[in-house]
Amino acid sequence: MITMEHITKTYRIAKRDSGFGQALKALFHREYEEIRALDDVSFSIGDGEMVGYIGPNGAGKSSTIKILSGILVPDSGTVLVDGRIPYKKRVEHVGKIGVVFGQRSQLWWDVPVIDSFELLKDIYAIPDEVYKSSLSELTELLTLKELLRSPARQLSLGQRMRCEIAASLLHRPQILFLDEPTIGLDAVSKLAVREFILKLNHTHKTTVLLTTHDMQDIEALASRIILIGKGKILMDGTLADIKKGGKSIDETVAELYRSYNI
Amino acid sequence: MKKYLSFFRLRFSMGLQYRVAAVAGIFTQFFWGFMEIMIFSAFYRADAAAFPMSLSATASYIWMQQAFLVFFATWMLEGEIFDSIVNGNIAYELCRPVDIYNMWFARSIANRTSRAVLRCFPILIVAFFLPAPYGLSAPANGLYFLLFIVTLLLGLAVTVSFCVFIYVLTFFTISPQGLRMLFSSCVDFFAGAVIPLPFFPEKVRKIMELLPFASMQNVPLRIYSGSMSGAEMKKAVLLQIFWLFVITGAGKLLCRVALKKVVVQGG
Repeated sequence: MITMEHITKTYRIAKRDSGFGQALKALFHREYEEIRALDDVSFSIGDGEMVGYIGPNGAGKSSTIKILSGILVPDSGTVLVDGRIPYKKRVEHVGKIGVVFGQRSQLWWDVPVIDSFELLKDIYAIPDEVYKSSLSELTELLTLKELLRSPARQLSLGQRMRCEIAASLLHRPQILFLDEPTIGLDAVSKLAVREFILKLNHTHKTTVLLTTHDMQDIEALASRIILIGKGKILMDGTLADIKKGGKSIDETVAELYRSYNI
Repeated sequence: MKKYLSFFRLRFSMGLQYRVAAVAGIFTQFFWGFMEIMIFSAFYRADAAAFPMSLSATASYIWMQQAFLVFFATWMLEGEIFDSIVNGNIAYELCRPVDIYNMWFARSIANRTSRAVLRCFPILIVAFFLPAPYGLSAPANGLYFLLFIVTLLLGLAVTVSFCVFIYVLTFFTISPQGLRMLFSSCVDFFAGAVIPLPFFPEKVRKIMELLPFASMQNVPLRIYSGSMSGAEMKKAVLLQIFWLFVITGAGKLLCRVALKKVVVQGG
């Protein structure tokens, strides 16, 4: 069970106009602008739910994921994940969740993928039998067999992403946060990732919160959609709520963004 | 504890992969060692009595220093750690049930040890067979050797705690460049990496020996070369332990503050 209530988070951003004169001026007097990344955000997600978290770039999606993962402290508001305040007990909390950041890598670059996995086994203190069965299940579902012995730097993006997802699930978390897991992937890899997430949710009842710009992801995976724009939650509903007539999902969402002026 | 050992193991085995870098390092360090000893022997020829250490002690100091350069080089910081802070990859590290400080500590120790293992033996062996007084001489006795090993490891720990402190500071400054330049040039001078500390004027040396930098390579190298008295050694070891606790404590405290305020960079 995930609940967020009245969460706000502001960032201070240094700003200046272009040019040498302005750069010189900024040496002595710096202007900051406060950006409200999250503005009174509240929602709750039940166990086993699959939720798509959408919104344009800079809407606050990643900030939300970071707060839920305990690596960003909100300015105000309360957040509870399975009864834990993520940023208060970070180490205990992150042992029970899985996170995939589509734009970053968690695998050790120069060593075979399996070495990274073994390290994760020790980090999460996964018992031998659990590790073995997780690994063989993930290897089969994500077809990793050929990849495990190659160094991460020699994998293609799609291959690497499959390994990244497996790495985040070795300790069998009940909650999984996916931050743009399909970014930059080709059609085959995208389908594989989607199919895998569906199966995971189905067989292990894993709660999944997914951010993406790919509306086909949403269509395939999320029964519920939360729309965020400029730091505010604008809509919380199902795909059917927003879909009208014969329009494609991309058109529907673009229209939705326009209607909220985000 | 097991997780940090695994970090150590992985980083260690990774370090062993870089064989060409090790060969290049060995050549550089040989060359550097020869050059230094040649300069020193020119000075000694002028008036050997004017120096606080004998030429053969200085030569031993230099060869040991070159063999274990990677233990104590504070400029040898891990780019990967800085990058992870600057570009936000630290997000993943923070999503693990590990203490960031301990993890960095374990991985830095591993990184340095793996490199040292690859490099130290060829240098030690060749230096040992060089003619006196230019080669590496054996330590005075077994006790000295044992003390050398203990202080070598303590010195490594002090050096690493200092480096991790710099990593933690990067959370606040974002760019690591300034910190790196400032610290690495200071440390080399004050640690006795450029000139052994006994060569400094008495008054300056007394102060320098109290600083944390003197607890890095200065102690083991001088114990090995036999240029420390019994009382001095005792004081030096205690200082090493003192600084290890102080720097590690300060680093951990700062790390806790940093994690509360930290902004993971990038979307």
